[in-house]
Amino acid sequence: MDLEAVPQEGNATLGGHRKLMYARDAQGRMVGVPSRGWEAEEIVTRHAVEVLEGQAAQAREQASRGLASPLAYWMLQRRMDVALLSQTSGVWQWRVRRHLKPRHFARLPPALLQRYAQALGMDAARLKELP
Amino acid sequence: MANLLRHHGVSMSENMAFGLSGALSFAYLPFIRISGQPLISYRMPPKAIIKGMMKPLRARFRFETFADAAAGERRLNELLDQGKLVGMQTSVFWLPYFPPDMRFHFNAHNLLVYGRDGGDYLVSDPVFEQPVRCAAPDLARARFARGVLAPKGLLYYPQSVDCKEVRPEALRQAIRTTARRMLAPVPIVGVRGMRRLAARLEKLPAAEPASLEFIGHIVRMQEEIGTGGAGFRFLYAGFLQEAAHITQLPQLMAFAERLTAIGDDWRRLALAAARMVKGRDAPDPPALARRLRAQADAEASFFRELRAAV
Repeated sequence: MDLEAVPQEGNATLGGHRKLMYARDAQGRMVGVPSRGWEAEEIVTRHAVEVLEGQAAQAREQASRGLASPLAYWMLQRRMDVALLSQTSGVWQWRVRRHLKPRHFARLPPALLQRYAQALGMDAARLKELP
Repeated sequence: MANLLRHHGVSMSENMAFGLSGALSFAYLPFIRISGQPLISYRMPPKAIIKGMMKPLRARFRFETFADAAAGERRLNELLDQGKLVGMQTSVFWLPYFPPDMRFHFNAHNLLVYGRDGGDYLVSDPVFEQPVRCAAPDLARARFARGVLAPKGLLYYPQSVDCKEVRPEALRQAIRTTARRMLAPVPIVGVRGMRRLAARLEKLPAAEPASLEFIGHIVRMQEEIGTGGAGFRFLYAGFLQEAAHITQLPQLMAFAERLTAIGDDWRRLALAAARMVKGRDAPDPPALARRLRAQADAEASFFRELRAAV
């Protein structure tokens, strides 16, 4: 890649930051150059974020209709899955899966609720509600 | 990495640190899942990069992990108070200075802490141009995130660096190591890893949304992590240029040129894949697989000839 080929397309997912790239200067040496971002990167990052946001929105809709627990929404909102929430909270996966159902979630003891809240980096009180 | 060594009086460019430690690689690890997708890496893991650095510089590094966050934070403060620069592994998700779209649960991020100011740590993060600040509770969270490749608070810092200069023999050795690794007879690393990924790609059903997620994931693994898969090829080309002067092997300049061209092809592959994800081109996994195989062939002959040249 030559210096003038370094993309400066303004990748919105970088949030205004610039990232260091390497390219060939006029003398043929490889040098570092800051880049405003590349469209290809923006496309795939946005795509991945949209997939995750779609899952969270779906869980939110289900939770509001009483088909899923708020935990299901907050887990996906924090871009986690059952495996990761289980490892972070130290609750077995089958129990996490149970607590994604409103019936079991309603009966959670406060201590367990607190553990989930901690794993998700939020208040236990907020975990019981939807935004 | 180069920053950490410069602090210890070794004059070293980013190119040189990357090449000398034998960091260039490729690995396709379908059994390690990150958010349901396989791990694809275009360089060695950071700990291996540091270990690759130890021998040529006759350096000693200390690695420390911790059972709990409080102990990890205490130790970090202690080291900073001694005036040390400390490298560490963290999750990306819990670092508040990252833009929201980049915050995924990816645990193999590495950064350098160079000081403390009130409740904040002063951080030099390779993703950002300028130094950033990070509040202590956030950094503790990021260091002790759980999940795949959990950092467990890993800290590392050099204890001593005995050899402040890069010797020609060390460079030839580093080049041989990288070439050997890229051509290794192991199905998931080097060029064979690329071919295996191509085979996986070929079998994807073109119409499924999950196929697009997989294609997008390959590009993200290639371009979003650090300097990017193509970027690592450019870095290595820069290293070969520097090595050509030190080892008096002018033929390495031609190799640098060739590797730059290979890196450009990696970028073309990423762009073609991104266009499919965006829906500008029809999804065509076999076409991407063909391109990936071409990359594997190009790197195979490149490293075979490079190995013969040093």
